[in-house]
Amino acid sequence: MARYALRFTALGYLAALLIVPVGLVARRAFADGIDGFWTAITTPEALHALWLTIVIALIAVPMNTVFGVFCALAIVRRRFPGHGLVNSIVDLPLALSPVVVGLALVLVYGRTGWWGSWLNEQGIQVIFALPGMVLATIFVSLPFVVREVVPVLREIGDEQEEAASTLGAGPWRTFWRVTLPAIRWGVAYGVVLTTARALGEFGAVSVVSGRIAGRTETMTLHVEERFQSFDLTGAYASSVVLALLAVGTLLAMTLLRREES
Amino acid sequence: MNSVAQPAPSLARRRSVPLSLGITTGYLSVIVLIPLAALLLRSTEGGAGTFWDAVKDPQAVAALRLTFLVSLVVVLINAVAGTVIAWVLVRDQFRGKSFVNAIIDLPFALPTIVAGLTLLALYGPKSPIGVNVAYTVAALVLALLFVTLPFVVRTVQPVLLELDRDMEEAAQSLGATSFQTFRRVVFPNLFPAILSGTALGFARSLGEFGSVVLISGNQPFKTEVASVYIFGQIESDNVTGAAAVSVVLLGASLVVLLAIGGIRRWATRHDG
Repeated sequence: MARYALRFTALGYLAALLIVPVGLVARRAFADGIDGFWTAITTPEALHALWLTIVIALIAVPMNTVFGVFCALAIVRRRFPGHGLVNSIVDLPLALSPVVVGLALVLVYGRTGWWGSWLNEQGIQVIFALPGMVLATIFVSLPFVVREVVPVLREIGDEQEEAASTLGAGPWRTFWRVTLPAIRWGVAYGVVLTTARALGEFGAVSVVSGRIAGRTETMTLHVEERFQSFDLTGAYASSVVLALLAVGTLLAMTLLRREES
Repeated sequence: MNSVAQPAPSLARRRSVPLSLGITTGYLSVIVLIPLAALLLRSTEGGAGTFWDAVKDPQAVAALRLTFLVSLVVVLINAVAGTVIAWVLVRDQFRGKSFVNAIIDLPFALPTIVAGLTLLALYGPKSPIGVNVAYTVAALVLALLFVTLPFVVRTVQPVLLELDRDMEEAAQSLGATSFQTFRRVVFPNLFPAILSGTALGFARSLGEFGSVVLISGNQPFKTEVASVYIFGQIESDNVTGAAAVSVVLLGASLVVLLAIGGIRRWATRHDG
């Protein structure tokens, strides 16, 4: 009896909070039929937003992946002063408001920021342009690869690396032949999480982008802009595109979890 | 003998990939530390007095108070709901369980702005079920419950999976009711995980922006949370005010992160 009560509580909670609302948005996106949905996601602004979102992810995700592996190696395999500090700083983007991240970037790279006037003289625009949006996305999606790779590195230990080294392999050879193959599923899982976060970032990008339709508008910003312009079909349609990307993420996560175990 | 217990530092250095430390500190400095330093300096530019004046602005105080109160309510609901969901996912068997298990991560994968829009569709002015909570504190609670759903579930679930069921069977064979078994045997084992999941959710709630921006209505003194207040101040060029409240949020995030670190150390010590 108690078992069923718990089951229905849990499933009812999930239905009310997750399943029914998401289903409803999917239905409303097709309120004007497939044609209406298609028209809404193929406007020049929507297509540009999708393109920009992908470009930002294509820069931010590889950078955070390379950094993530190096950082995890430094945390697990090296002893250095400030070890705990590095560990905490890596977690910070998880706990920090994206709006605060955006503001902090504006204060460095903006017109009145630390490096703003110098960058301006060089003709480089960071804020209200692509570089700022990339920096914001890198900031918010920074922890994921590190957090996935650190436990894997701890678990595999360093005996094999030591063996390779004793047999005369240099550090890079050891890394490519021994370490990387051993941590590959952890890296892959981290990449999936990083990508999801990068595609979905809103607050930080909203602050640094200036939200110029057709120029600095990502998919998430486009959803908000369509909603504010009372174009609900447009907002719902772009939301469905983002939701499909999210479902893709979930599938990848489930497959990788199975592969790992 | 010492050399056997600890590998010589030269060997350790030779084995690890060169530059890993340099890349880590350089990248973290450019991406995270320099911007946060700029934020700190900007908020205190006019001295401590200006900082406090900006934080004590009535609208800022109202936004901060609302943020902390709502986050507290949300994590309390989360602690219970998350534990129940984790329990059902580990101990119960039903059709479609793997589907339910997979969608727990949906709030993580779904962009926050879509989350807000989604909730607005069901619980907003055009609600098909006639429930309209848009632009109220209840809407804030809903949005934050949505985005923080995975935290407690995903921290409790692995602990519950590892939990030795012999202890529960022993308790029951000694005559404990199932509620007593849960309270005396299961709960103490889950408690550190519930606590750290709750703390993660709390940190997330304090800074949440995307999911609340459409559904809360952002009325100052009523439904405006701290992140929305900061955004508004940036838009109206009050950068010092925005930076001061940002520093308060940053401080709160640091405290929560330290607390989580403490909880984890405490939990591993009690594991042995």
